[in-house]
Amino acid sequence: MSKSKSTRRDFLTKVGQGAALAATGGLVWSYLLQQQARATPFALRPPGAVSESDFNAKCIKCGQCVDACPYDTLHLARAGDHIPIGTPYFTPRDVPCYMCPDIPCKVACPTGALEPELEDINDSRMGLAVIDVENCLSWQGLRCEICHRECPLTDQAITVEHHPRRISKHAMFVPLVHSSHCTGCGICEKACPTQEAAIRVINPRLVQGKIGDHYRLGWTIETPITQEFKSKAKTKEHSTTKRGLDYLNEGEL
Amino acid sequence: MDVTRRDFLKTSIAASTAAAVGMPLSQSVQAQAGAAEEGWQWDKGVCRFCGTGCGIMIATKDGRVVATKGDPDAPVNRGLNCIKGYFNAPILYGEDRITRPLLRMKNGKFDKNGKFTPVSWQQALDEMEKQFRAAYAEKGPHGVAVFGSGQYTIPEGYAAAKLMKAGFRSNNLDPNARHCMASAVVAFIQTFGIDEPAGNYDDIEYTDTAIAWGANMAEAHPILWARITDRLLSHPKMKVVNLTTFKNQSSNIADLEIIFKPGADLAIQNYIAREIVTRDAVNHDFVKKHCVFATGPYDIGYGMRSTDKYAFPAEKDIQAKELKVTLDKYEAIGQRKKVGQVVEQNNTKKPVKHWLISFEEFKKGVEPYTLDFVAELAKGDPDESLEDFKAKLIELADLYIEPERKIVSFWTMGFNQHYRGSWVNEQVYTNHLLLGKQAQPGNGAFSLTGQPSACGTAREVGTFAHRLPADMVVANPKHRERSEKLWKLPAKTVNPKVGSHITKILRDLEDGSVKFAWVQVNNPFQASGNANHWIQAARKQDNFIVCSDPYPTVSAKVADLILPTAMIFEKWGLYGNAERRTQAWREQVPPPGEARSDVWQVLEFSKRFKLKDVWGEQKVPGLKAAGFEDGKLPDVLAAARDMGYSPDDTLYDVLFATPANRKVKWPDPVAKGHGNSTVDALGDGWFAEKALFNEYREFGLNFQHDLADFDTYYRDDVRGLKWPVINGKETEWRFNEKYDSYCKKGSGFDFYGKALKALPTGNLDKVTDPEKTKLAGKAKIFFRPYAAPPEQPDDNYDLWMSTGRVLEHWHTGTMTRRVPELNRAVPTAQIFMHPADAKARGIKRNDVVWIESRRGKVKAVLETRGRNTPPKGYTFVPFFDEGVFINKVTLDVTCPMSKEQDFKKAAVKVYKA
Repeated sequence: MSKSKSTRRDFLTKVGQGAALAATGGLVWSYLLQQQARATPFALRPPGAVSESDFNAKCIKCGQCVDACPYDTLHLARAGDHIPIGTPYFTPRDVPCYMCPDIPCKVACPTGALEPELEDINDSRMGLAVIDVENCLSWQGLRCEICHRECPLTDQAITVEHHPRRISKHAMFVPLVHSSHCTGCGICEKACPTQEAAIRVINPRLVQGKIGDHYRLGWTIETPITQEFKSKAKTKEHSTTKRGLDYLNEGEL
Repeated sequence: MDVTRRDFLKTSIAASTAAAVGMPLSQSVQAQAGAAEEGWQWDKGVCRFCGTGCGIMIATKDGRVVATKGDPDAPVNRGLNCIKGYFNAPILYGEDRITRPLLRMKNGKFDKNGKFTPVSWQQALDEMEKQFRAAYAEKGPHGVAVFGSGQYTIPEGYAAAKLMKAGFRSNNLDPNARHCMASAVVAFIQTFGIDEPAGNYDDIEYTDTAIAWGANMAEAHPILWARITDRLLSHPKMKVVNLTTFKNQSSNIADLEIIFKPGADLAIQNYIAREIVTRDAVNHDFVKKHCVFATGPYDIGYGMRSTDKYAFPAEKDIQAKELKVTLDKYEAIGQRKKVGQVVEQNNTKKPVKHWLISFEEFKKGVEPYTLDFVAELAKGDPDESLEDFKAKLIELADLYIEPERKIVSFWTMGFNQHYRGSWVNEQVYTNHLLLGKQAQPGNGAFSLTGQPSACGTAREVGTFAHRLPADMVVANPKHRERSEKLWKLPAKTVNPKVGSHITKILRDLEDGSVKFAWVQVNNPFQASGNANHWIQAARKQDNFIVCSDPYPTVSAKVADLILPTAMIFEKWGLYGNAERRTQAWREQVPPPGEARSDVWQVLEFSKRFKLKDVWGEQKVPGLKAAGFEDGKLPDVLAAARDMGYSPDDTLYDVLFATPANRKVKWPDPVAKGHGNSTVDALGDGWFAEKALFNEYREFGLNFQHDLADFDTYYRDDVRGLKWPVINGKETEWRFNEKYDSYCKKGSGFDFYGKALKALPTGNLDKVTDPEKTKLAGKAKIFFRPYAAPPEQPDDNYDLWMSTGRVLEHWHTGTMTRRVPELNRAVPTAQIFMHPADAKARGIKRNDVVWIESRRGKVKAVLETRGRNTPPKGYTFVPFFDEGVFINKVTLDVTCPMSKEQDFKKAAVKVYKA
């Protein structure tokens, strides 16, 4: 937290909020949570955590998941951690989630803040690994690809593509993350050998786009030509919109 | 890597189910994702936009196009699309779609100065008929005109051409494709005697060298550029050269970038030719067997009017060059004349004439084009040293000449939109033919097209003022005769006088010689140079302009009647792309409201005219042709009666709903259940698009333009076929005996095109022996000199200005600007300028500036960074944006041979607004 931008004043405010909370009970507690949640929309939560707003409502800060974690991955947030106080989180560069097959943290959760339906740890989505290709050594052509080899879902969550380097007779082995399989465990971030990690787990909503509903990638779905097409009769009368008429009738060229 | 499509499919299906990253996927979410595609019906189609011709698949549900994808089985694009192609579905659903006919009305009646008011089709066609009859009666067949298109489907173009040429006996039908590739056509016809490229896109995967000449393929042909880039990445010998007047996106992967001065491409090509000759790199065997040498006159003007009567005062100095040109230093040297010599332009009426010359004469022609001369003339970037530029020219010549190196030259508008566009096209063949690097896999000059059916419709159907289907021309009596026979017309129905090309139709509207014009599938009032003239002509003159369009465009705004028109997937159609590939699609959804297809509009209009209205004697000003000595089209009604027609038969009966066509019944199994709104609206049960295609196909069969039958193009396993299609087999490389069954056995190569294959003989300056030599099977190697652009920067208008495309928008933006995402990405056209030029003018990036020429001025935002980096003295403005109506600034100079406008070389001044 040495690089935290939080000022001493912020810290004091948060401590004050915590004290007030203890004194006044649930109503303010939830108000405070909302405020904090808005300021810090993303924290890496244990596997199976429901969406952040639901999580803050469901989590009773009991710490049982933290106790259950065999790797000391999980911590409870303290005042000043930019995360609602008392909620579990982890910092992958310190200790990532090692993806226990029996998911002890989830089993320990008494409230469903960690979704009980999560049965396969591979289905968890704690975050999404993102590569800083400017500082990723593999993307420069160095033979690193530690993230790829360390990834518990290697060749699924992280694959390596071979690109010609052009400036020498060597191919580059560039790692790519696939959101279809990445659980956000952070093992890659932990393992990344650069001074500051060049692959990091973040909130996917900050980086993920979405292809328009009107388009499909041609090679990803089979679309046989429909043999008995059901033709739709003409839909009735749309009137010419005012917008078109205004354009035609108003203004010079 | 051996990733099969199957593997891709597997991983991607997994990916698509993980739509809700960030939380565990619940089963209900997954079920919803599946439900979205439930009930989707897929069919194959073609991208609406450029001449590349990418295949797509279209999904519809409940009468709406819900999605598209690139067609993985399409050989052109293998499932990919560019960002325009990505938006094929939404272009149908712009907010201001016109769904009812709109007529200018005042007090319940048509009024030229009235406001557009919704009317019924009946009212619309009544007024249209009335206006047409008035113009036709007053001015004859050439008092009416149709602005056609390279975006016509084949049946649309065929219907329009037949109505005009066979029905109204008018050749005043000319497409926007004139502005796109007419120069390429002239060069094809003059060089090979037949239109369209010998090769195909697979040349990219066979070649060692791709040379882009005035073609920013990275933006204008993005999917082909991806193929070239892949070749560069995967084939170590591959080199890419970008010859351009400014650094653009195609420079990014180029091994060699040559920035040349506008017009200097003529000189650079002659430098290459001179190098081929002086290094004795001529493939003598190939040339001797398959080629002849030729040249033509230089004093052919610039396609402007010969009078200054209509010119704005500021334009008159440029217009005067149409009559007389004072040669500058480079022209004088390049044409073996004296500096300052005044050359009267005596061949403006016959610019296309040409004659045979000897190889010795050819060598004399290219002799002045030394490295020193050409480098001094051609260097386009003032910041580049002459020595560096010379080294690049040598490297370019080396690439062409290297014996084992395969080479493909690509070009588009840089060559075609050029005051000597036909010459510069011919020069590229000259170099390929001299080297024998033509019509072989990976070797050849390849003319790209801009529009989706510039080849398939405008050129092959012949929706030009001088053309008939299958490369025939109206001026040739044998071609007229063949057309009349196929069309079942009396002899001498077809008008032998070439009609007005698109620029001339605009000029005709201005001078009142055309009084009725119908705009189909294009936007000529925005897309034509020197637009202020034409807008005034449309609005101020006593004329009637009809515009068929799905959207309110500039051309709609200046029209008097707007007809709501079906878009691509709302009708049946076929397009032909730049590699001779004919591709087809079915109607996917009905058009909205009262919108109707262009085929229906043409056919419905034809019902309103009887033979006796149009097949009587007709005056055609300027008509001079054997058999038409009185300067009139004869009355053919008696002959028609002999053929079984009645004077009271309508053009619909005689031209379209013929007994043979009525046998082509709708519904047809080829539809697989798809609808046909054209047939529904016609209401008489014949399959118009198929019947028209069948009829059209007859023109090309055993006539070097064979197409497959209609149903073949609709087969599930066909993704277009490259004509000529012989016994169901497409032709990969024409003129090459190995691939093309039209070649004579044992010839090796056979340039069998039939046009212009008998020529007199002469020297570089003139014909010396008028006796014609037959040239069957030969291609012509032209000598064409350097000529200077008629308008160049001077003290007042001190900058070059070129227009062109951006990847995100299509032509005048009438479709792509209605896609919110594309509009957000590139909302307006900017003027690209060198930062030093901006600084010198006291303007800076993001300033609003005026761009002013002799002809008009527009405002635009200044850009000194970004995708285009012009050298000092040069500016670039995209033309898609009607808000930056740049064609008010451009000029209507054309190549005198092709009549294609030069949008690339205006002189402008730029100053703060």
